[in-house]
Amino acid sequence: MAYRSSQHLWRQTYRTVFRSTNPNVLCPRLKSKSQLPIYSASTFVLQRFYGSKVGESGAATSVSSSLKQAEVAKFAAIAETWWDIEGPFKPLHAMNPTRVSFIRSTLCRHFRKDPNCARPLEGLKIIDVGCGGGILSEPLARLGATVTGIDAVEKNIRIARLHAGLDPSTSSIEYSCATAEQLVELNREFDAVIALEVIEHVANPSEFCQSLAALTAANGATVISTINRSMRAYAAAIVAAEYILRWLPRGTHQWSSFLTPEELVLLLQRASISVQEMAGFVYNPLTGKWALSDDVSVNFIALGAKQIHRKAL
Amino acid sequence: MVSSLSTSVRTIGRMRAWNCASAFRTWILLKRSYASDAAKASLNHQAENVHEGGDKPVETNNVEQYDVAIVGGGMVGMALACTLASMPLTKSLSIAIIDSNPALGSRKHIPNDSIPDPRVSTVTPATLSHFKDIGAWEYIKKHSHAFFDKMQVWDYTGLGYTRYNAKDVGREILGCVVENKVLQSSLLSRLQDAGVGERIYPAKLTSMSLQSHFPSAVDMLDIETSNYSSRTSGDPKRHGCLAKLDLSDGNTLYTKLVVGADGAKSSVRKIAGLKTTGWNYSQHAVICTVKHATENHCAWQRFLPSGPIALLPIGDTYSNIVWTMTPHEASNHKSMHEDDFVKAINHALDYGYGPHPHSNLGFIDKFSWLAGGAISSMKESFEVPPKIDQLVSERMAFPLSLMHAHEYASHRVVLIGDAAHAVHPLAGQGVNLGFGDAICLSNIIAEGILVGSDIGELSLLKKYEKERKMANLTMMAILDGFQKAFSVDLGPINLLRAAAFHGAQYIGPLKRNIISYATGEQKWPLFG
Repeated sequence: MAYRSSQHLWRQTYRTVFRSTNPNVLCPRLKSKSQLPIYSASTFVLQRFYGSKVGESGAATSVSSSLKQAEVAKFAAIAETWWDIEGPFKPLHAMNPTRVSFIRSTLCRHFRKDPNCARPLEGLKIIDVGCGGGILSEPLARLGATVTGIDAVEKNIRIARLHAGLDPSTSSIEYSCATAEQLVELNREFDAVIALEVIEHVANPSEFCQSLAALTAANGATVISTINRSMRAYAAAIVAAEYILRWLPRGTHQWSSFLTPEELVLLLQRASISVQEMAGFVYNPLTGKWALSDDVSVNFIALGAKQIHRKAL
Repeated sequence: MVSSLSTSVRTIGRMRAWNCASAFRTWILLKRSYASDAAKASLNHQAENVHEGGDKPVETNNVEQYDVAIVGGGMVGMALACTLASMPLTKSLSIAIIDSNPALGSRKHIPNDSIPDPRVSTVTPATLSHFKDIGAWEYIKKHSHAFFDKMQVWDYTGLGYTRYNAKDVGREILGCVVENKVLQSSLLSRLQDAGVGERIYPAKLTSMSLQSHFPSAVDMLDIETSNYSSRTSGDPKRHGCLAKLDLSDGNTLYTKLVVGADGAKSSVRKIAGLKTTGWNYSQHAVICTVKHATENHCAWQRFLPSGPIALLPIGDTYSNIVWTMTPHEASNHKSMHEDDFVKAINHALDYGYGPHPHSNLGFIDKFSWLAGGAISSMKESFEVPPKIDQLVSERMAFPLSLMHAHEYASHRVVLIGDAAHAVHPLAGQGVNLGFGDAICLSNIIAEGILVGSDIGELSLLKKYEKERKMANLTMMAILDGFQKAFSVDLGPINLLRAAAFHGAQYIGPLKRNIISYATGEQKWPLFG
């Protein structure tokens, strides 16, 4: 409890320091800020806060992990329903095509692939961190990528494997029950490292970003999506989605664990990943469809490029 | 040693999963019902000339896998295959076409100078431009076809008439009449020349089995124990939840998506358990090809007490007749002497049943505010259609009905064309709705491929259903309404009908809207 409130307090302070409302001008501004003394102050805060071991993280596994065990248990409880498009993961299914279209177009740009073909990601090794039942891994495999999916919940992996095996075009996905940190220890590298809707469930976002960066090959790309810590996000992702619409089980998200785009950019920057593209997801309640937009106030996604000249700290 | 042990454990686990899964599977077997006379004579479909017992089933037991299996290689099924083959995102899909029509087996040369077949379709400008896009028009235009830029509709009471002119909406044509066999063979040639590696199975669908759902939670608790570094093997023998089709020639194929393009009596629809609503009109249509002295560039339609008669140009001095009448009249007209039949047609298209309507130009002056801009056809006076000299084909009769499937899609199955909806052939719209389905489905499949979806996924197919149901039901309601309005001979209704004719003839904006709706340019009538 003390941890939560301290985190919350810190974030409040942090937010007032780095309040930026326009995500499009975010990256250059942050780059220049990195030269300023204010950055070192925040670095200190970051290290002090994220560097401290949180009691609930990594308790069950021998390998260090940035995961929260309570979060792992939460997802294990509803794992069977991953592929029930009317079940608890319905919002994720509804949002998925929009997420894939962002990934498709940004990866095509990043790796100079032809976006007008059926399998534009052919030849790319991609890891889906926190793959769950494989909702994202399968479309990526169909787009031609060589996909590895990892998740800390073993049941998710079993379901993902079973489901991918049903379609010959997805049966080559390599699924394993592992954490990003475990793969870092195995020195695995991928052209693109993707962690969607995961960072808000990890205990140590900074360490998590470092691990994602370590998994990213030189000149590779890292894609992260999460929920903004804004009042609108509180209203939409927690009050509306969990309590009013009951799209998600109550307690799925903790508002205080959300990251603002500025914080995410900074965390990635510190892991030698420079954010190149960012977009928001907006839901249209009339059509029931999600669309990409420049409104990052609730759900947002970012793609960063791994810089080779500055190795991770 | 350790790895082989873990592999065998996994195999056992998988077998258990397989057994459980098969319990949840719905195996539905259904013998394909042979096309009845009705379907054989159908204007739009391929069901005719079904070879029964001609080709011996060969037990090959080949197991092939495709992305899309189109059951029914008629005009609509072929249009879908062609469209998929011509779009960048879908051209790499593997396509199987299942149709027992022997015409699909080899390229059939259709001689140009032969007398046109009575089975024709009116292709709207919207469909025509799509054919140009997919490269099929190059093939169609080599054969006889007839554009028409005028249309005249009138009824037997002599109270009113409407003339439509393509110029009213700034177009060159209102439509193009093409023989069904030309459309089908042109689309086939286009597909074969595209070289996308489609395969045609000259067989019938004997059974289809579908796994309705992903195995439920109960099954999954049993699944193989996971191994940290294990990899899901892509065993080619496992076809998971794909649809399995058994064919009469002994072939078995697996596919991600089954497209039912097999006509009004669709066996795919029956096997998938998709329900329909519909009714018969207790009317038959008699179709044939006729010859007249002069060339015809107008589509003529006259409403008679028992139904409409239409005269459509089909090139040269030939025209096509579609005459709707009671079943009894139909059998009489089918069997009567050729000369008597020609006389009956001329009678029906001229003074028979009632007088010619007279042009009511005073109406324009009185209600000029309604006219909404000058429309050239408004001042065109009534014309008498060309006199028929000779019957040059056999006469065919088939019953008319309206049918609509409640759902166009279920898991891995989707219906297009007459399999989803059959309409009154009143304005030649039936096949255009089918082409509309094929275009829409191709776009939805491309959309799915763009984001890496499984193309047989129900949520994707439902998008197609939503889009097409609206369009199809609107057109069906209009055609059904027309049919009902014209099948009543009652004083006040006749007057209403006459008023509607006047409205359609003299109210400019309304007229423009009707034309652009009928030519497939616009989704909704009246709300342009």
